[in-house]
Amino acid sequence: MEGLISLAVKAIFVENLALSFFLGMCTFIAVSKKISTAIGLGISVMIVQSITVPANNIILSYLLKPGALAWAGFPNIDLTFLGLISYIGVIAALVQILEMILDKYFPPLYNALGIFLPLITVNCAILGGSLFMVERDYNFSEATTYGIASGFGWALAIATMAGVREKLKYSDIPDGLQGLGITFITAGLMAMAFMCFSGVKL
Amino acid sequence: MSQTRKQLLTDPLVDNNPITLQVLGICSALAVTSSLNVAFVMSLAVIAVCGFSSLFISFLRHYIPNSIRIIVQMVIIASLVILVDQIIKAYAYEISKTLSVFVGLIITNCIVMGRAEAFAMKNKPFESFVDGVGNGLGYSLLLMSVGVIRELFGSGSLFGVMIFEPVSNGGWYVPNGLLLLPPSAFFIIGFIIWGVRTWKKSQVEAREYKIQTLEEH
Repeated sequence: MEGLISLAVKAIFVENLALSFFLGMCTFIAVSKKISTAIGLGISVMIVQSITVPANNIILSYLLKPGALAWAGFPNIDLTFLGLISYIGVIAALVQILEMILDKYFPPLYNALGIFLPLITVNCAILGGSLFMVERDYNFSEATTYGIASGFGWALAIATMAGVREKLKYSDIPDGLQGLGITFITAGLMAMAFMCFSGVKL
Repeated sequence: MSQTRKQLLTDPLVDNNPITLQVLGICSALAVTSSLNVAFVMSLAVIAVCGFSSLFISFLRHYIPNSIRIIVQMVIIASLVILVDQIIKAYAYEISKTLSVFVGLIITNCIVMGRAEAFAMKNKPFESFVDGVGNGLGYSLLLMSVGVIRELFGSGSLFGVMIFEPVSNGGWYVPNGLLLLPPSAFFIIGFIIWGVRTWKKSQVEAREYKIQTLEEH
């Protein structure tokens, strides 16, 4: 349990997907102009992330790993090279299913998140989460924790960024730096602030 | 015709750079630039994937039903990325370790998807290929310039060859450790964008609020 909590804290603050691995930057920069939309997108990412990472973990350990197909009578098969294509397939399919479920059973939530869901398929933070899960060899419970925590970390980062940008639009910025340029520099300052967490040990 | 092909190749370098103007594919641009070797391999990978995915998608453009085009594009791109990933693992294993997940993330690199969607679905195979390579080059140009700044001033070397002898080895240069850390990449790209937009005034974004000066009252 302790291990899981420290994993979660690490995934949210120290190894924040957006600010220390730069994942999901395209959406991070493009959708952080208003706080409300940023929070909507953040929540969708969190939901999708906490479903896809464990799902890909199951796929990895029961279908792709060397020896994972032992239950089907093929103990010598190693399908890890199919990893990338299966993860992105799982993500695309899950996002589609989630969209349909939300549309049918939770229309208000669907209306709030609807436009962001298709965007999420191509959000690198989602695929990145799954790939980190594979690289660091997490088991199922670790993968679930990591999925939820890293999604939360990303949501936190984009919400904060939107807050800063809402204030920033009233300031007098040099012409060339207007818009994209100043956003990058702000993100850099935020990343520096988040680096302070790296001293935190649990 | 040859003129337009040349434009397809050179336009994305500065005038329509995928990173500084279209805001695509920033994720990996920031993460893999702390050393030039890695940035170079990553650039080659992106150019290859971007060019060939545009080529294949353009070949298939009349056969892809509109409703499932994203998934078809995804599958083509993912297969190419798997190929590139296996090649890098086979011939540059050390670099593949440093690149870790970022080769896989070419799949979700918006440049590749963006070019497939915006150009390759509507144009002939060869033009699409040139356009893909051009955008890959524009991406590489930025990646390499950030890489040069970060490696030269962060550790005093270029491609792993010592240029500035650091103090720790008895030289004179005190490396700027900040440049090896993630935040510096944001600053450098921010400043590069500033530079490019000061040079090419047309890329400057309009202000949302204008600050009133005293005379206008």
